[in-house]
Amino acid sequence: MSEPGRGELLPNDPCDAELLANVRPADWTNPQPAQSYNLVVLGAGTAGLVTAAAAAALGARVALVEKNLMGGDCLNVGCVPSKALLRSARFYADLRHAARFTGSAPVPLEVDFAAVMERMRRLRAHISHHDSAQRFRDLGIDVFLGEAAFADRRTVNVSGVKLKFQKAVIATGARAARPLIEGLAEAGYLTNETVFNLTERPRRLLVIGGGPLGCELAQAFARLGCEVIIASQEPYFLPGEERDAAEILADALRRDGIDVRLNTEVTSVTSRGGQKLARLVNDNQEATVAVDEILAGVGRAPNVEGLNLEAAGVEYDGEHGVRVNDYLQTSNRRIYAAGDVALERKFTHMADATARIVIQNALFWGHKKLSSLTIPWCTYTDPEIAHVGVYVKEAREGGFPIKTFTVPMSDVDRAVLDGEEDGFVKIHVHEGTDTILGATIVARHAGEMINEVSLAMVAGIGLKTISQVIHSYPTQAEAIRKAADAYNRTRLTPFLRALSRRWLAWSR
Amino acid sequence: MTEPSTGVEDLQRLQQDAVGYFLRAANPDNGLIADSSREGSPCSIAATGLGLAAWVVGAERGFLSRGDAALRTLTALRFFRDSSQGEEPDATGHRGFYYHFLDMKTGRRVWQCELSMIDTAILIAGVLTCGTYFSAAEDDEREIRALARFLYERIDWPWAAANGPVVRMGWKPKAGFLSYGWEGYSEAMLLYILGLGSPTHPLPAASYGAWTGSYQWENLYDIDFLFAAPLFIHQLSHVWIDLRGIQDEFMREKRSDYFENSRRATAVQQQYAIRNPLWFKGYGENCWGITAGLGPGFAKQRCEGGIERQFYGYVARGVPFGPDDGTLAPWAAVASLPFAPEIVLAAIQHFRDAHPEVLSADGLLTSFNPTFDTGAGNHRGWLSPEHHGLDQGPVALMIENHSSGLLWRLMRECPAIVTGLRRAGFRKGWLRASNG
Repeated sequence: MSEPGRGELLPNDPCDAELLANVRPADWTNPQPAQSYNLVVLGAGTAGLVTAAAAAALGARVALVEKNLMGGDCLNVGCVPSKALLRSARFYADLRHAARFTGSAPVPLEVDFAAVMERMRRLRAHISHHDSAQRFRDLGIDVFLGEAAFADRRTVNVSGVKLKFQKAVIATGARAARPLIEGLAEAGYLTNETVFNLTERPRRLLVIGGGPLGCELAQAFARLGCEVIIASQEPYFLPGEERDAAEILADALRRDGIDVRLNTEVTSVTSRGGQKLARLVNDNQEATVAVDEILAGVGRAPNVEGLNLEAAGVEYDGEHGVRVNDYLQTSNRRIYAAGDVALERKFTHMADATARIVIQNALFWGHKKLSSLTIPWCTYTDPEIAHVGVYVKEAREGGFPIKTFTVPMSDVDRAVLDGEEDGFVKIHVHEGTDTILGATIVARHAGEMINEVSLAMVAGIGLKTISQVIHSYPTQAEAIRKAADAYNRTRLTPFLRALSRRWLAWSR
Repeated sequence: MTEPSTGVEDLQRLQQDAVGYFLRAANPDNGLIADSSREGSPCSIAATGLGLAAWVVGAERGFLSRGDAALRTLTALRFFRDSSQGEEPDATGHRGFYYHFLDMKTGRRVWQCELSMIDTAILIAGVLTCGTYFSAAEDDEREIRALARFLYERIDWPWAAANGPVVRMGWKPKAGFLSYGWEGYSEAMLLYILGLGSPTHPLPAASYGAWTGSYQWENLYDIDFLFAAPLFIHQLSHVWIDLRGIQDEFMREKRSDYFENSRRATAVQQQYAIRNPLWFKGYGENCWGITAGLGPGFAKQRCEGGIERQFYGYVARGVPFGPDDGTLAPWAAVASLPFAPEIVLAAIQHFRDAHPEVLSADGLLTSFNPTFDTGAGNHRGWLSPEHHGLDQGPVALMIENHSSGLLWRLMRECPAIVTGLRRAGFRKGWLRASNG
């Protein structure tokens, strides 16, 4: 195996054939270009698709160019396949803990890895209809499959034809960063772009990187029966997240049988006798582990190469991508950027949100700002780790007095009944007020729960109001109202409590 | 709830047993104190620091003579003065700091361990305790004072920040500084105060702000407090520093102080044990004490209710988010005595009544775990096979602070502590009147 390539799907697989028919039809013919477009969109991942569809719906003449697969990373090698895999892995994990729920011993169980992967491909193909080239053509968009490059500040070349634009959007996304580890490329390794092509389960897997991708897939493969080692250079998983959350996650990964190696650097890899030998260094101590596959999840690199951005006057660099201002405008005022190619936070929902900003700013003189967005995110481990708004440290550095209302999930009836007590809801408020500045939720369904806090923040709803919102009982989201109730109890000062007691004594 | 019947004599007994650990674990030739009672245990410099303070308490309580205490102190301080400092891999220390673990006989680095900033701070706190307590004009006490000053002033605190905003956790001869520093509320308050108070190599004042910048003020179980999960974090700095009624900027903002905070943190422990979210055996109103320390070992067991439990060896246990494997440290409950005597005395009584096996003649056991099945066929669960200096020290010293405030009184006279507190922004209370 060599270095992983992009967009390689399984040959002779009916699901992948269906996927390809949607996102890269073999018989596709590019349309005759219009004389001029309101909008040319480079890249048909989430940011590009949302931009193109919304612009077309508003009556714009739109060209959409994709050099690889429509749907981008999210559909083909990101959220969609990974969450399908995670769901199967979670099912096997629940089966292993059957005795907790049924009182009987766990069912002996053989993981059907090939079937799990086949399910993932089937679901991906099913979902791909939404992102298909045909569907976007039917929306009135000129879909070009081919490599795009700017010819000048108002023209894009695609497969020998010129697309003139009033405005353009660069939405070419990002790809897996290549780890700089001696011998790794020669020994071969997987990334998110190739791991979903596995049809046989590797017996032993080394995951490099303790970010969201590394943690999610390490846990999934462990639950699917692999012997997994995860190595991260950082002292905690998910750098940047709250330390409690990272520790709960490390604990959960260990419970799944993963060999957790934090503060550990992979310094070199060699290949011998059909296995890969990785040298790990922790605290100046060296150790060598033998594995069958290595999965690298060490970050994302923006896709800025080959676009001839210089000709368009668009500033960029290989690490941070296309440089944009708060309005997502590049150094060429006619050209905008959205999604992973320009953003530090590389999430599908960020790509979607920035696409919406671009539509308004590029086509309608809007002044929507990136900095005004309230952006939640979630790592889909078990338990999930979700966050929105500021972190405590950021607030303190910014001079905000901040207070956190913490509710352990073990205090929430539904979480106890579900056997899902790991985690917490922490809501950060501006101290002395009920204004929510941010929140971190660790829970089995934290990704669903964080949306309530995001809604409250966007709508300017404080904890006082949340405590008045009736939450269905029993639900895990009740933890959010419990945090709001805790806030309300702090409003009952000793003076008010004394006053209340005197009133009630007088009323007897 | 019945009134706790634990009395002064019971506390004195616990204290004497704890001081007894240091008498047994000391090497009389160099003053070093073993990390634990395990055969072949190396010296822990933190245990040695706690032991130095234990000599002071022992002398005051009559567990050993003042002359004996002075001699033991002098032996240790002379060793640290004369031992090797440098970059060689088996030195005793470097730049005034010391390696975490030392050979009991040679005093040289063992286990490829790190040069430890926090453990050095604990050692030096013990050194300064002796330097303040032994105030007589006799030659040996005079030498103790001079050595204490020398050892403290030799420490190059700014070097330990490695040009960053916060002090690093450690350093190794080949690898250099460990990648992570002291951030988030922890026992490192002692380290920062001592570093800020140095007359020779003080930490920059901004380092304290950088440290407190990662504090988390939380409301948990309807209790507002500065969060830290393991109980010992809320205790260790208080062994030496009287934090009652004095406030830094953070505590001024919160209208609280660190002593009150530790009282609340103790209440949080009790609340957690009452809730007992993970269904461990024994936990309850009077049975708590979840902190860093030894456990049954890395093992999985299927327990009652079909729950597969993961047990751990030496980890930093904490509440409410763990790790928690059912291991309790009775000493940690005792060390909260000054903060919350009413619930701690009840806990001591409970340990005596329900778990008498944890109160051995050699002092409180490091830890026990009633949930872990040892296969021995009894219901006692796992009992720590050893005692640790890091556990016995806080027991001896916090009982003393509760009874007489001796260590607090001494350190209120220590210029290093007073200057350090002032440079960290502490005001009010006893600091107002202090001339230190």
